[in-house]
Amino acid sequence: MSPDPAIPLLDVADLDVYLGASHVLQGVSLRLPAGPLSIIGRNGMGKTTLCQAIMGLVPTRSGRVALAGRELTGQRPVRIARAGIGYVPQGRRVFPSLSVHEHLVLTAPRGREAERAAWTIERVYDTFPRLAERRGNGGAQLSGGEQQMLAIARALLLNPTLLVMDEPTEGLAPVIVDHVVELLHTINREGVGLLLVEQNFLVATSVAARVLVMVNGRIALETSADEITRNEDMQRRYLGVSAH
Amino acid sequence: MIDLLAGFNGRLFLTVTLNGLTLAALYFIVASGFSLIFGLMRVVNMAHGSLYLLGGYVGYEVSVLSGSWLLALVAGAGAAALAGALLQKGIFGWMQGQDLRQTLAAIGVSIVLADLMLAQWGGTAYQLDLPAIFRSFVPLPVVNRYPMPRLMLIGLAVLIGIGLWAMLNRTRLGLLIRAGVDDRRMLEALGVDVPKVFLGVFAIGAGLAGLAGVIGGSVLSISPGEDARYLLSSLIVVIVGGMGSLSGAAIGALLVALAETYGLAYTPTYGVVYTFVIMVAVLAVRPQGLMGRPA
Ligand SMILES: Nc1ncnc2c1ncn2[C@@H]1O[C@H](COP(=O)(O)OP(=O)(O)OP(=O)(O)O)[C@@H](O)[C@H]1O
Ligand SMILES: [Mg+2]
Repeated sequence: MSPDPAIPLLDVADLDVYLGASHVLQGVSLRLPAGPLSIIGRNGMGKTTLCQAIMGLVPTRSGRVALAGRELTGQRPVRIARAGIGYVPQGRRVFPSLSVHEHLVLTAPRGREAERAAWTIERVYDTFPRLAERRGNGGAQLSGGEQQMLAIARALLLNPTLLVMDEPTEGLAPVIVDHVVELLHTINREGVGLLLVEQNFLVATSVAARVLVMVNGRIALETSADEITRNEDMQRRYLGVSAH
Repeated sequence: MIDLLAGFNGRLFLTVTLNGLTLAALYFIVASGFSLIFGLMRVVNMAHGSLYLLGGYVGYEVSVLSGSWLLALVAGAGAAALAGALLQKGIFGWMQGQDLRQTLAAIGVSIVLADLMLAQWGGTAYQLDLPAIFRSFVPLPVVNRYPMPRLMLIGLAVLIGIGLWAMLNRTRLGLLIRAGVDDRRMLEALGVDVPKVFLGVFAIGAGLAGLAGVIGGSVLSISPGEDARYLLSSLIVVIVGGMGSLSGAAIGALLVALAETYGLAYTPTYGVVYTFVIMVAVLAVRPQGLMGRPA
């Protein structure tokens, strides 16, 4: 079944989210036709809340979320994950009580699904040799980079059509960041959609050609990676810093 | 003091110790189910003692009807597991994350169940008949002989402990439980139907209470008021051992049951005090319990 090009992979329309009394997402709309899309923005602008709203982890006041035309608004996180969204949360959130291998068993396709799945435990171990070495270690004993690999691997094992990643390079050493970027390119090539939230400007612009900038709970700017890389004035205005 | 030492009686001491271990075994079986439920769901199931009592009564009826103790054991555990699953599905599941509301609802359920059971079974105490081969004594040094069913209870508690450990560490359900204890919301976001896991855990925890009810009704007896007694003992055991920890439930059960039994045997006046002394001491030094994780 080839996807209908008229229907975007992810369609978020007029999303409003309140956390307590604060209006954290204020009418957020975005369309991800296919392929990767980056969202950048300073601290506290609502990026994580947007990811959580897409996953059904925070209640939405109004607006809608659809995956490949399928309505997901108001669904429980289980249904949203099973509909095909893999979530890699900010701070990785690996399970301290589970070993590396158990994390993979948790989400790996089982039975007949495993035969036609793109991602299996074997492939994860091939792709991330470091995880194979540490398969018996507990989630709490891993380094930040290893935890990130594990969080990505466990999401990939759901064989999602879309990955939602919240700051996957946060707190990682530069070599590990390069490794993650390489991996994100691989994921893109395989046709898995990617919604990438990043504070690392270079990562955001090297992984996706299109970039959204979030300011105070709104999508303030939609532009291309090339444009925002060239335009330092734009960077200063929306991000408060220049990448150069 | 001199009197106490002069009168020290090795045989009495060993008998009391064995009685303490027997009680610890029973406390462990009840409290392990209580702790399992709390560990994953953060529900303080105040109806846990009622499930113990229900298991005992159902087991009694089945043993009278069928004459089979084993069948009574299965029926008592099964009835309590079913009742627990119904409570989770029909009541607690609707209040997920609202701890206080769940606790109050559970107290309400326990009051209703206690009255229903009183109406059905009255105020008399029942005892289940054990199969003839178990109604014997085991020869032991010093104490001479000790009732077989009590020793078997200790063995059964060890088996249940091993079984629960294997379930938690070697099965998929155990994997989901451990992950759910760590981060329930993340587990849901990975496509796991957590309410379904909750239902299974509630049934297992309640089933253990029912199983303990049948065993308690065979080795000791079953009567109104036992529900409150075993709820209280479970609460103290998990407070001492640490909520949600299997080894904590074992250590807590040992400490509480031994303190209770030695206390009653040697200083009957202050018997009940020791349990609370242990609880206060643990809370002062390690508020999360001996094996518990910091909140
Ligand atoms: N539970 C809550 N109640 C009220 N306000 C909250 C709550 N959680 C977050 N917020 C506020 O919502 C806003 C958006 O938070 P969010 O975590 O989505 O930002 P973010 O863009 O992901 O930030 P960062 O880059 O630091 O991860 C912040 O101003 C934060 O203070
Ligand atoms: Mg964030």
